[in-house]
Amino acid sequence: MSLRLEGVSYRYAGSAADVLSGIDLVVEPGEVVGLVGANEAGKTTVCLVAAGLAPATIGGRLEGTVRIDDLDTAAARPYESAQHCGSLFQNPATQLSGTAATVWEEIAFGPRNLALPLAEVVVRVDEAVRLLAIADLVQRDPARLSGGQAQLVALAGVLALRPAYLILDEPTSQLDPQGTRLVGDALGALAAHAHAGVLIVEHKTDLLAGLASRVAVIEAGRLVTDGPAATTLGDERLPAWGVQPPSSVRLARAAAAAGVSLV
Amino acid sequence: MTVDRPTGSSPTPPDFVLQAPSGAYLSLNPVTKLLVAAAEVEAAFLIGTWTGPVLVLLLVLASAAIAGVVSRLAVIVAVTVPIVASILLINGFLYPGAVDVIVRLGPLAPSVSGFAFGLQITLRLLAASLALALAYLTTRTDDLLSDLERRGFGRRATYVIGSAVETVPRTVDRAAEIVDAQRSRGMDTEGRWWRRVRGIVPLAAPVVFGALTEVEERTMALEARAFSTPGPRTILRVLPDAPWQRLVRYGLLLGLIAVIVGRITGPLGALP
Repeated sequence: MSLRLEGVSYRYAGSAADVLSGIDLVVEPGEVVGLVGANEAGKTTVCLVAAGLAPATIGGRLEGTVRIDDLDTAAARPYESAQHCGSLFQNPATQLSGTAATVWEEIAFGPRNLALPLAEVVVRVDEAVRLLAIADLVQRDPARLSGGQAQLVALAGVLALRPAYLILDEPTSQLDPQGTRLVGDALGALAAHAHAGVLIVEHKTDLLAGLASRVAVIEAGRLVTDGPAATTLGDERLPAWGVQPPSSVRLARAAAAAGVSLV
Repeated sequence: MTVDRPTGSSPTPPDFVLQAPSGAYLSLNPVTKLLVAAAEVEAAFLIGTWTGPVLVLLLVLASAAIAGVVSRLAVIVAVTVPIVASILLINGFLYPGAVDVIVRLGPLAPSVSGFAFGLQITLRLLAASLALALAYLTTRTDDLLSDLERRGFGRRATYVIGSAVETVPRTVDRAAEIVDAQRSRGMDTEGRWWRRVRGIVPLAAPVVFGALTEVEERTMALEARAFSTPGPRTILRVLPDAPWQRLVRYGLLLGLIAVIVGRITGPLGALP
């Protein structure tokens, strides 16, 4: 049982070239896998393909297989994939339904789409609220939240679908430092207590270093390395792949270059 | 903070979700309010010259007073001032074929009939805008969508309606952010009218292109929340809908059709 991409190549509709080429990536249940790479390397496309949103929603051509446990995304409808693999995108504003009067109702949007019994909707919303510790937000108007709060609410909305896997596409990229800390703490708690497998794309390698057990690097649509977080984030080729190493690694290197021991 | 909810064997949504709006106007069924607004818009444009818009304005103001949203309507009136002023000035000074010109000022010929026509158009627009604004201010979008779905409307159709309603304040917020950004980069958007006009292009382009980009993001976000699941959605709360409201709605629907037929066939005069 895992989220598994095997030999995946993908080309956007109307494009002449593949954006992804021969991607092999596995996320096991309960595992947090980081994905880093330069801009335009294909990180977001990996997220869309892994979640079953591409090509199902946006078209394009997919080669290879994407399996979410026993579900082959090529044969699944987006709402079926969504119940197995939840997606959180960069912009909190565009992820909220825009029709809910309170945060509680916003989180209930997904379970209500599944036409679950009302009692089950309530249980799922309460569970997501508890997991992210956002009980103080439930009566608020979703349109009046800060960026970090809105992103947490969007994440709660995804969690309420109870997916076995989560795909987080740069969840803090549009947040200020306070919002980044808010979401980072929640993701840390989620990684520690939830049993979902998580694939997280993140430019902020300091945040990733504290969350991921494994990190893969993508360059020009191909995975160039995939290994334990400490190994990948300490790889000397990271800057050449367009990724800034975590501050701890940079500090250690600067100290070593100056002949200072940090031990 | 804890979520208050009644005790019982089956979990129910918290009180603040279940609580139906109270008050004579606020507690009307959302579809009733929507049909009232539609009838008011129609009456403002299709009934009489002054009677329709004046009656609708009075009715909307009375309803707003009952609902307690007069001050919020006043904000909308303030926003329409530039449009109102331009309609009055253009019609007042440039009304074609006016025989009651007050004074000739070169190419300009201010006339009583021009100002009267401008005022009439202004009242129609104001009455229709306020009728729609009142429906928006007194109805929770989710309530309207749930009620429409309960009546058999598809979830896509209802979401399009809800999304369109919510797009207006969102676009206004976005436009304000863009104006601030343009000002911070030195663009002068205040003062004389030509400066304001010059500021429209750098405002409109990001608003329009940003909205188009958002469509794809929103589509994917909706799919990621299982929006395309077939069948009806779970209803959180059943909204009050007394039999007399049903009668009112049928009456309004018949009235809407009758006015259009009356305008087309002649009894209410030709279309303006």
